[in-house]
Amino acid sequence: MSFFFDNPLGITILTVAEALAIIVPVLIMMAYLTYAERKVLAAIQLRKGPNVVGPFGLWQPFADAIKMMMKETVVPAGSNKMLFLLAPMLTFGLAVIAWAVIPVNDGWAIANINVGILYLFAISSLGVYGIIIAGWASNSKYAFLGAMRSAAQMVSYEVSIGFVMVCVLLCVGSLNLNDIVLAQQRVWFCLPLFPMFVVFFISGLAETNRAPFDLPEGESEIVAGFFVEYSSMAFALFFLGEYTNMILMSAMTSILFLGGWLAPFGVEPFTWIPGPIWFIGKIVVVLFFFIWVRGTFPRYRYDQLMRLGWKVFLPLSLLWLVLTAGALMLFGWLPNAA
Amino acid sequence: MAPLLANYFPILVFLVIAGVIAVAMVGASLIVARQKPYPEKVSAYECGFEAFGDARHRFDVRFYLVAILFIIFDLEVAFLFPWAVSLASIGVFGFLSMLGFLAVLTVGFIYEWNKGALEWE
Repeated sequence: MSFFFDNPLGITILTVAEALAIIVPVLIMMAYLTYAERKVLAAIQLRKGPNVVGPFGLWQPFADAIKMMMKETVVPAGSNKMLFLLAPMLTFGLAVIAWAVIPVNDGWAIANINVGILYLFAISSLGVYGIIIAGWASNSKYAFLGAMRSAAQMVSYEVSIGFVMVCVLLCVGSLNLNDIVLAQQRVWFCLPLFPMFVVFFISGLAETNRAPFDLPEGESEIVAGFFVEYSSMAFALFFLGEYTNMILMSAMTSILFLGGWLAPFGVEPFTWIPGPIWFIGKIVVVLFFFIWVRGTFPRYRYDQLMRLGWKVFLPLSLLWLVLTAGALMLFGWLPNAA
Repeated sequence: MAPLLANYFPILVFLVIAGVIAVAMVGASLIVARQKPYPEKVSAYECGFEAFGDARHRFDVRFYLVAILFIIFDLEVAFLFPWAVSLASIGVFGFLSMLGFLAVLTVGFIYEWNKGALEWE
């Protein structure tokens, strides 16, 4: 056993195995998220959804993957070829590496770094590059418009996400994701910070370009926006990246506000179920909300989107941040007070 | 390896695995699928029209404005992170200093709002 803990090769093999133990389930979850989305939307619209490939259409994601694989990769003549192919890889890669710091159970993060939340914030900020590069490299008007919209939208909502994270950090006193979950043993942050929870969820929708904020894609106006020119696996990578980001956003919501792997109330019958199951369960619930919102609300107009981001969420989260800090100071509730 | 950097080693592993998966997927499809480009297929998509002109021309300046505003507020968030974590040890003085900083930024924000930098009619 010491082979795996003492020499560099052993540690590398162990880390690769651990990484695959996260990446593979995440990718499978992502595949079934596309299936679940179609099924839930179908149920909302009184349709059946995919039901032909396999029992209840369960093999549909794999059929889609194989179909994508067999398609031709069209690279437009006017595009920057290297950047064009790099953009989807970047989007997908960023969506995957963020999972390195997500704790699935107490101490079960693969990289238990002490600035976990900062790392997540940084990686999600980088996500905008994949989209901008795709829109620029395609050299198509729709792609360019979609990329501009998407970039402006993502950066606008990132600011409020940042303020919401700082609110949580005030109550925790640590940037480590493990500590953030453990700080919620008494009460989940979604109760005392409820307005911030709502702001975070809605900003998460905007950050992942989901309906009702799917203007960068807007099928009916700019025909899929920044990835209009993509086909085959390059398109599939964008799709994978986007859905992996949705799962990541749900995981972040669970960690920051819904107590991560902690059982509700921490009392007997609930604590029998192991932590990772609670964690996955919470992710699934948040994902269901993502899909439910898509099935329910019409798309926003661009000016409404920007107004909500800059004129409602930004002042609200800033105000709440000051109130939180003030209340914690006033009542002496600050964590790690000497 | 220093213990601090050792914590970050898994991130490097993730980066490599993600890169390999991404390249393998695109590469495999390039090999498996038949590639047969011709001028109409590889021209930019424009709703059935012949593509005219280059896509990289002038665009709305408000996108720049949003980017600039974003930099200001994101920097503000970057300052808030260490402040939030160490608020217990810097005490009332630290709290009031940050309030002063936020007040200055809020004045700027109100100015932008009145100037109409946030309007997208």
